[in-house]
This record gives sequence, structure tokens and C-alpha cells, in this order.
Amino acid sequence: MTVEEAIAQLQSPDVSQRYYAAWWLGRFRVQAAVPALLLALQDESDRTALGGYPLRRNAARALGQIGDPQAIPGLRACLQVADFQLRGAAATALGLLGAGQAIPDLVELLTATGVPSALGTEELPQPYPAILLALGRLNAQGAIPHIQPFLTHPLPRVQGAALCTMYLLTQDTQYIEQLLQVINGADTRLQRVLLGDLGETGYLPVAAAMVQVQAEPSFKLMGLHRLLSQWLSTQSQPLDWQALGSVFALMDGLL
Amino acid sequence: MDVPEPESLEQLKQRLNRAAEPGELLAAVQELSAYGDQPEVIPLLIGVLGYNNPRVAQVAMGGLLRAGRRAVPELLQRLDGYNYGARAYAIRVLAQIGDPRALAVLEEAARADFAPSVRRAALRGLGSMVWDGLPQPEAAQTQVMQTLEAVSRDGDWGIRYAVIVALELWWQAGNVPAPLRPRLDALLQHFTQDSDPVVQARAQFSLHRRDK
Repeated sequence: MTVEEAIAQLQSPDVSQRYYAAWWLGRFRVQAAVPALLLALQDESDRTALGGYPLRRNAARALGQIGDPQAIPGLRACLQVADFQLRGAAATALGLLGAGQAIPDLVELLTATGVPSALGTEELPQPYPAILLALGRLNAQGAIPHIQPFLTHPLPRVQGAALCTMYLLTQDTQYIEQLLQVINGADTRLQRVLLGDLGETGYLPVAAAMVQVQAEPSFKLMGLHRLLSQWLSTQSQPLDWQALGSVFALMDGLL
Repeated sequence: MDVPEPESLEQLKQRLNRAAEPGELLAAVQELSAYGDQPEVIPLLIGVLGYNNPRVAQVAMGGLLRAGRRAVPELLQRLDGYNYGARAYAIRVLAQIGDPRALAVLEEAARADFAPSVRRAALRGLGSMVWDGLPQPEAAQTQVMQTLEAVSRDGDWGIRYAVIVALELWWQAGNVPAPLRPRLDALLQHFTQDSDPVVQARAQFSLHRRDK
């Protein structure tokens, strides 16, 4: 597929082709696709049975990977849409884009009491893990008082994200120690999810802690793969070999 | 390491069998691992790899590595066909020991095991094989290169990543036969165009490391 074909495919009558095109454009970080992807954030035609917007979710992810700040207003608007997964994808993308102006929106979602969507809300009103981790990436020091209550959240997944976020914001290793306890105490399914959440941050200093978890080596390897994928999606050539080498050494050891 | 009295080894065995909670199990396996070089301990440690407990398996692996080549026949004979977690740990031990007696098993596992974790471990083992033990290693080395080439287009990024690590370990050992060197280079170059960004970067990193 060429870049032109992929951009054209974003308007294909076939929903699954559009969904794939959005993924492809993000994967290859196609700068020229930003206007088309921003249009895709408005898509109304691709809907799930519950009313979700799959194309918008993939477009949001792609915009986060491409890294063009033009996408920030469109992604901020996604935080208000009645689709739990879209809000999560937009929060992650805003974190990757370094969109400091989105901090107040993200904090508002943390503190909102109303439930904006019936979608994906069996457990949570908002995608707290994605929101918290994005605040960590954005170095939102002012948000700390709003993050702290989540350190004792009843769901380990949220608690884990809050601990990781506090570590990102303070560099205080007590949070990593607590995080390891949460992960070590979790069942295997949750361990995999928590390692994936950590990977989603793309924050390389977390890598060493991820390897210390007492979990299946495969889960750690997948988490580190996610971490490096996210990190690489924000880097330009030439790559920082030293940073890369330290994570590769950890991954090689998990084979 | 002192040779344990027969009674104390018997006692350790019983503690292992009776361990009811994770702490007791871990303590028993830790003590057992210290005697990894005793022939009777090797099968016990291999059994522990199947307990589905990553922490305990890690300790048992340490004990088996202490036994080194002496553990190879038992590891091969007791490879768990049903529990792929146990199989992956055993293959990791074999990979680290690098004994060519494990070559056929590692190659078969690298190509055809249904568990990706087992395949990754076996691939790494193919790269870290200690070839000194073989009188004429070239035929076996050519076979290994064929295996690495055969799986290099696997759909699973983890398999392709493990192939790169195997190539790098083999190259670092400095004993790649001259006729295979161009094939090794071509394979690494091929991965610098991989569709997965991490695999691609791993290949670039490997080439960068060589240039230094």
C-alpha cells in the first residue's frame, strides 16, 4: 500500500478497510495523513452495537503516533465524546504528543462525577488508567492532588496506573515498589494488563521495574515491546542507542 | 558446596512435597538448588519447573545451571510435552548451557513448537550453542542457519526478534564459518526493513554494535 492509497482508503466504503488504513497511517507515521485522520475523528458511519466509534479510536491512536501538534484540538474534543475507549485512546495520544494544554481537560475527567457514557462503564466511569498515565507523561505536577486519591482505588488496574503516574511525576521509587507489590499480587490476567498499561507510557525508565515483576517472562516481554513501540513512535533518527540498548538487554534476557 | 547427607536430601525432598504455601515451597527449592550439582537433585529441580510459579522456576533454573552439562540428558528426557510453561523453562536452561546434545531438540522446538515462549527460548539457544564439542560442526551450523532463515518470516514479532538475538550471539562468539557469514549478514539486513518497529530497531542496533 502506498501513502496515497492509504489516505484514500480512509474514505473507502468498506468500514474495515478504513479502520486498517488508520492503523497503517499511524504505524508508518504518515505526516501527510494528519488532515484526513482529523476528519476521521468526526466519523459517524462506523459505529459499534453499543454506539462506539472504532474508526475514531484508531485515528486518535494514529495521530498520537504521528506526533503532529495540529492534532491536539481534535483529540481534546474526543475526550468529551460518549465512547469510553475513544476517550482512553485520545488521552494516551495527548500524552504522547506532549499536549500540556490538555492537562485541565484530563484533570476534569478524573474529577467528573457525572457519567458521560453508558459505554464500557461496567467498572469505571472514565478510562482512568489512560488518563492518569497521560498526566504522568505530561509531567502534570499540578495534578498531583487529583491523582493521589487514585492510589487507594479499589481496582488494582487503576491503583497500578496511579502508582506509575506518581513515579513518573516524582521519581520517588517507593511508588515503583508499591506498584511491584500490586502486580505481584494480581492474577495472571491482570498482571498482563498492568504490564501493558506500563508499556503504554513509552517511558523507558519504567523498563527495569517491569522486569522485576514476578510474572511469566512472556508478559514482561510483551509489555516491554509495547513500551519500546510507544517510545520509538516519538523518536526521530538517529536513535539513542544507549537508551535502546538498555531495554534490548532486558528483552533479550526474557527470551 | 558440601555433599548433603542422604538423610538431609531425603528431608529436603519431603519438604518439597509437603510445601503447602508459596513461601515454604520457595525456601525448599532454594535449598535444593544449592545442591544442583548432585545427580539426585536434578530430576527434582526439573519437576519444579512445572509448578506454574515463575519465581520458584527461576530459582530451580539457577540450580540446573549450576549442574550445567550434567543436567542435559535429564532435561532432554524429561521435557514436558503437556506443560508449555515448564517446557519453556527447560529449553531456557538448555539454551544457556549450550550443549550440542540439545541441538536437535532446540531446532525442532524453534521451528515447530506451538508455544511462542518455547520457540523464542530455543532460537536463542541456537545462537548460543557451544560448538567446540563437535568434531565437524559445519554441517550442524549450516542446518542452524537454515532454521534461522526458515523462521525469519514468521508472523510473530517475538520469533523474529529471537532470530536477531540468535544471530547476534552467534556472531559475538566469533565462530561463524566463513561460508555462512554472508547469509548471516543478509538475514540481519532483511530485519532492518521489518514491519515491526521494535524488531527493526533491534536489527539496526545489532548492526550498530558490530560497527563499533
